[in-house]
This record gives sequence, C-alpha cells and structure tokens, in this order.
Amino acid sequence: MDDLVQATNLGRRFGRRWAVARLDLTIQPNERLLIIGPNGCGKTTLLRVLSTLLPAHQGSINWFNGDTEPRKHIGLMGHDPGVYEDLSASDNLRVFSKLMGTEPGDTANLLQMVGLDDRSDPVARYSAGMRRRLALALLLQKQPRLALLDEPFAQMDPGGIAQVSSAIHALPGAVVIASHQVQHAAPLCKRAVLMDEGQIRWTGPADKAEAAWRALHKERGDL
Amino acid sequence: MKATLRILQKDLLIEWRARSRTVALLSFAYTILLLFAFAIGPDAAALRQHAGAYLWLGLLLSSTLLLDRTMRIEFEAGAMSKLMLVPVPATGLFYGKALANLFQLCVVGAFSIPLVFVVCDAELVESIGWLLATLFLGAAGLAAPGTLYSAMIARLSGKQLLLPLMLFPLVVPVMVAAVKATSLAMLGDPMNQIESWLTLLVCFNLVYWSLCGVLFGRVVEA
Repeated sequence: MDDLVQATNLGRRFGRRWAVARLDLTIQPNERLLIIGPNGCGKTTLLRVLSTLLPAHQGSINWFNGDTEPRKHIGLMGHDPGVYEDLSASDNLRVFSKLMGTEPGDTANLLQMVGLDDRSDPVARYSAGMRRRLALALLLQKQPRLALLDEPFAQMDPGGIAQVSSAIHALPGAVVIASHQVQHAAPLCKRAVLMDEGQIRWTGPADKAEAAWRALHKERGDL
Repeated sequence: MKATLRILQKDLLIEWRARSRTVALLSFAYTILLLFAFAIGPDAAALRQHAGAYLWLGLLLSSTLLLDRTMRIEFEAGAMSKLMLVPVPATGLFYGKALANLFQLCVVGAFSIPLVFVVCDAELVESIGWLLATLFLGAAGLAAPGTLYSAMIARLSGKQLLLPLMLFPLVVPVMVAAVKATSLAMLGDPMNQIESWLTLLVCFNLVYWSLCGVLFGRVVEA
C-alpha cells in the first residue's frame, strides 16, 4: 500500500535548538496514529511541519504521493481553535465551507456531534473546551485525508471527552493525535510513537504506549 | 477572484456581527473632528480653510484602529492556519481584506463628511462627485499598505504602536493629495487642479495595490 505521508530525515529548528531532528515517519491511509512524549519533545512542531504550515529545515516530506496541493487534504486542530470569535458556531462552519467552495452541508448535525447544537451566540462567549469542539466540527466538515489533532482532549470535561472521541471516530482518512492524555487517545489509535528530544524513541501498538512512556520517564529519572 | 470575494464577504460578515466596534470607530472619528474644531476655536475662516485636512486626519487616525483589527481577527484564535489549509491564495486574502478595509474606511468617511461641514461651517463649491472620488481614492491609498503592514506586525508585541509608526510615513503622499483634492472641492477649483491630484492618487493606488498584493504572500507565509 502507498504511504499517505512519508517523512524522511525530517528536522526543524528554532534558533540553534532542533525541535525535531532526523525523524523518519510514515503514515498509512486511514491509519490512526498516536504521538506521545514529554512537554517540549517536538510533538506540536512535528504536527505543524506535517501540516505544511511550518517548513522543514532538514529532510523531506512526500504528501499523498506527490500531490502538488496537499493543503487541500490536510486538517489541523492546533492549540488555537482556528475560529472567528465574533461569529457563532454555525456562522464559522458556513464561512469556512464557503471559503473551501463547498456546500455547508448539515451544520446542525455537525454541531450536534460535538455538543454545540444549542449555541447561537458568538464564539467569544464559549469556554476553551467548547472552542476546541467547534474546531473539531470544522475538521469534520472539511473531511480531510489527513487530520492532525494536537491535544484534542485538553480543557475538556468528561462529557466533552466522550463527544470528542466519537467525533474523532467519525473522521475519515488518517488521523494523527498528539496527546498527553494517553488513556483517552490510545483507544482511538492502533499505532503509537513515543517522542523525546525531537526524535522517535519507540514505536508500537497504541495500547502499549502508556507503558512505553512510563519506561521513558523511569529512564530519565522523572519517576 | 472568487477567493477575494469570499474573504470580502467573510470580513464584512464579521464586522456586521461585531458592529458595536464600527460604531466605536465612528465615534472615535467624530471625537477627533470635534477636538480639531475645539482646538482651532471660533475662527470660522480657519476652520473652513482646513476642513479637508481635519477630515483626512480623522480618517487616518481612525484607520489605525480598523487596520490593526483586520489581521488580529485572523491571528487571535489561529484562524490564519485554517485559512492557509483551505487553502486561500495569499493574493485573494490580501485583496479581500484590503477591499473590506476600503469599504469600511469609505463608510467612516461618508459619515464624517457631514460633521465636517457642520463643525467647520464648510461649503461644497465643486461637484460632490469630486469629493466622493477623493474619499474613495484616498481611502484606497490607506487600505492597501495598511493591510500589508497589519499582516507584518500582527504577531509582534506593541503592534498598536508599530502600525502608525510604519504606516504614516508611507501614506504621506496619499494624504497630501487627498487633502488638496478635498480642499479644492470644498473651497473651489478655479484652476482645475482636482483632476491632477486625483490622477496622482490613482497612480499611488496602482503602485500600492499591486506591490502590496505581491508582498503579502511572503509576509503571511513567513
């Protein structure tokens, strides 16, 4: 099977510090991949480089077998929700669908999936968790071939975590989740990689990710 | 072209949803105009003579508030990343935003003109068409470089201070031409000079709108 994304010898630095260094990673079509690792290990940088928003300083990435417009097929849910705060949730969905040149589709259903169907006020009045759920609804609307989710469970209450989990399940294509909340993210993924100091230290099944992380902590003397 | 129209629609929708900010912008422009009138005092001749300058200074100062906001809405919650992944072409983004800013500056100008006439006891000697054309071309001369600079400083600290520092020197020629054309429209133009000033404004706009459109992509990607 052709790889959806193939990153070879990837590196990205900020000043003199390499946030991601000599990293090789492949993502298969429809794969669910979990990225874990301590704070500052390069997870967010890796996602931003994979999303094309941040250029790599070293190595190369082949997106979708050399597609010249990979951005069309990539969705990113970063730390910021990426929404317009003066607009309502449904306005945001309509605006982005118009920008993509597609029909807005069933916005009510999308908002119901993320538990925002009862809100018609501006996003500025939403809590942080609700904004992240709206960001996920925008991803569902885009239907990307590659969805990159950075800490999707951050600032979520238990109800929100359940809604986000089922929304992630509904995402088509490959999904890459970078998260500290392994207990919520691992059940959604098959494969996991553990990053440390910008490099992949361990790759294996997602259900073994927590144990691998604990072992890394022990090795570093954190536990 | 489609991307430009979509960005224009989006920005106008956001401004409509947050129209209290537009009211605040108009109030700011009105306050500046009134302050100029109070500063000059009851000298009707001086007020009339400089009415065009007050109008454009009011618009220039108001434009800093408007232009500062134009890119802030894209960066404050990370919407710019989403726009780039749509992907919206940088030229479409620039021209959509610059047109939205031009529209809003024209609205502020159109609401400010009656106040200038009342406060400065000004008259319109020439055709109103000249005045409206000057307003449009002058506002366009502020909107294009203002949109570019707004993008350049959107992620810097102290951007509210940086924008006027960078924008004002660049738009001095536009301000001179717009003030001259406005004053001629208000006070009379026996030598038929308005057309020359408007031609100058058209030239400035051609340079600003084409150059800024080219540079905007580099700024956004950086």
